[in-house]
Amino acid sequence: MQVPVAKPTTVVDSRGTMCPGPITDLFRAFRNSSIGDVIELWATDPAAKPDVQTWAKRSGNEVLAIIDENGYTKIQVRIVKKGTAR
Amino acid sequence: MQTLARQTPELETSPHLDKRNKLVIVCSKGSLDMAYPPLMLATTGAAMGMEVHLYFTFWGINMLRKKTVESLKISPVGNPAMPMPNILGMIPGMTRLATRMMRKSMDKMKMPTIQEMIKTAHDSGVHFHACSPSMQMMNLTKDDLIPEVDDIIGATTYLDLASEDAITLFI
Repeated sequence: MQVPVAKPTTVVDSRGTMCPGPITDLFRAFRNSSIGDVIELWATDPAAKPDVQTWAKRSGNEVLAIIDENGYTKIQVRIVKKGTAR
Repeated sequence: MQTLARQTPELETSPHLDKRNKLVIVCSKGSLDMAYPPLMLATTGAAMGMEVHLYFTFWGINMLRKKTVESLKISPVGNPAMPMPNILGMIPGMTRLATRMMRKSMDKMKMPTIQEMIKTAHDSGVHFHACSPSMQMMNLTKDDLIPEVDDIIGATTYLDLASEDAITLFI
């Protein structure tokens, strides 16, 4: 468990949804984000932790913090990489 | 093929990871339970920056038909995983019952409907291909299909898609 290190630009509440809900919601926020934004995803799905970390690694973005709250998890992702339209 | 160029523009592929970055799934089943897995994987793959293709063949076409996409069913017959003796599945109304049960539990999980998942997948850049002989077998034209369908292709195009460095699955 870590302490929050950044003030989120966007909070995405995916609590109650199961895979692929949290990643789909995160991706939607990512598409509307700018470089430097911090997206904070709230999830109850236990798969969200490993899946978001994998997503970040794969997409070249950065997980800043994983915070366990009572009954859900907050995952902060800093957007450092966005592709350009091809 | 023009549609092949469409891919989620926001995500670059990650060549440094040296992993396959393309997902090609054959969707061959027209039942409600078998409609979810390809769409879940496709949506996730697109979110990971993969180029994703769904190839619908045989009863999988029912997932693309305007007439049937809203009424996919799950049958207890021949499905030993269902919580009832298999023989009871033969009784009229059991398919409707099993379908209602599944829809209810998916709804409770806040799982989107198949139509919603198709829309999300399409918005994320997933390609939808319908298999040409299956269309003919079911006497369908492109007008019978939902607008998310990119094109009608044959086995050659599918094999060409799959023969690049892709993850391929048959569901």
